Amino acid sequence: MIDPIFLAEAALNGIMLGGILALLALGLNLIFGVIDIVWIAYVDLVMLCMYLVYYLVQVYGWPVWLGALASIALGALLGIGVHLLIITPILGSAPINQLLATGGLLFFLQSFATFLWTTDHKSVRMSLPSFEVGGIFVPLTRLIPFAISIVALIGLYLFLTRTFVGTAIRAVSQDREAMSLMGANPQRIYIVTSAVGGLMAGLAGALLIFQYSVHPFFGGQFGPLTFMICVLGGLGNMVGAFVASFIMSEIISLAGVIWSTEMGYVIAFVVFIVMIFARPGGILARRG
Amino acid sequence: MSLLELTSVTAGYGHFTALWDVALRVERGEAVAVVGPNGAGKTTLLRVISGILPVRAGTLTFDGAALAGRPAHEVVAHGIAHVPEGRRLFPALSVAENLKMGAYLPAARAHYRESLERVWALFPVLAERKAQRAGSLSGGEQQMLAIGRALMSRPRLILLDEPSMGLAPVMVLRLFELIHRIRAEGYTILVVEQNVRQVLKLVDRAYLLEVGRIKMEGRAAELAEQDFVRKAYVGL
Repeated sequence: MIDPIFLAEAALNGIMLGGILALLALGLNLIFGVIDIVWIAYVDLVMLCMYLVYYLVQVYGWPVWLGALASIALGALLGIGVHLLIITPILGSAPINQLLATGGLLFFLQSFATFLWTTDHKSVRMSLPSFEVGGIFVPLTRLIPFAISIVALIGLYLFLTRTFVGTAIRAVSQDREAMSLMGANPQRIYIVTSAVGGLMAGLAGALLIFQYSVHPFFGGQFGPLTFMICVLGGLGNMVGAFVASFIMSEIISLAGVIWSTEMGYVIAFVVFIVMIFARPGGILARRG
Repeated sequence: MSLLELTSVTAGYGHFTALWDVALRVERGEAVAVVGPNGAGKTTLLRVISGILPVRAGTLTFDGAALAGRPAHEVVAHGIAHVPEGRRLFPALSVAENLKMGAYLPAARAHYRESLERVWALFPVLAERKAQRAGSLSGGEQQMLAIGRALMSRPRLILLDEPSMGLAPVMVLRLFELIHRIRAEGYTILVVEQNVRQVLKLVDRAYLLEVGRIKMEGRAAELAEQDFVRKAYVGL
């Protein structure tokens, strides 16, 4: 029998991982919901941002917060760059071509990173204390990124619901032509959306580098998981992606403690496959 | 100079030409209708004016500015609001958010509150339902919202595409009353309608469009008296 304290700790770790996964899933889902193209290479942009923080903080000794801001800025720039250079020319193409183009970007970025930085794992060492609540250890290295993720998600929510541009982003995802009749240039809305999606990737990168080491194939670790969360929540459904992030992180974290980390991923994918048959439109989709 | 003037406008989709050599004008403060059978090109005509569909040949001027070839989001900024066929609301946004999107342009945004008060006054039912999803409104309410959203941009010309489509007969009468009130507020209107009898009572002048060509033009009252118009469209 497993000590309930371990399970409680795993559940807590699951929640804290869920916050960062939600950041990734909502960024990817936002772009898909508006532009209708899945950025297969989304987490590979996160990988680039992690390298940036590694070099700025670990090698050049920048303060952590400044490295994180630089990562967010790089993420937003990468988002705009990907949209202008890769997405814009293929907007009207067949979905399979769009998939191949963003998939090609993935291989390019992986090879590019291998060429520049080799396949060594690189990480930023940071020692922060843990504190104990009722026998459960809460490491600050996880709690702080979680808290920042939640604040960022609230910020995203407020941006999408309270501002003109944010509301226009949601409107374009429902009817692009009608929104151009309101005077909005769809291309501009797309660029803002890609920048926001990239900014989320940059923030996620800045938070992940303090818990995971970065290597050129980092995207393979979180990419499929992020995509799976988006599908599970219903592609384009922001609330669904948020809920699915925590379901998946809990499964991985709890099964990881009960059996092993590998088993955690196995169970997560089995749950995913079953859910796809049971609720193909996502967990929050209306039936019928 | 007319507010809106089209001369020998030709437009279409792919190899199909939907409008041939169309000439049309709308004066300031005027209400003008374009009537005609299904497939005559009425919707295409409005889509050309609002910039969704490009002009192939001919000129399109609005208040002295040449708008042919300008994209839709620039045309709105000149003061033309298009209430499209099928309303095209943002179904998952609330009523208030739909109206907010109507005021998306910077010039309209500056007067957002004021415009909103005006739309609430014109359509009190929208104020009651402001937090409701637009997709959950009844057909008549959706049409009011579509018109209200267009008014939010503070347009100088409103294009209405089949406002009575899909509405119950009682609602059609009520809607025409409302359009009448909007007219009385001084808005210039270009309306496309199947409901010829009703629309000819509303407007000053009308054009008859058939297979992509203007067949006839005249005062609404005179056009309603024409024998073949009565037989074919008014149903008397």
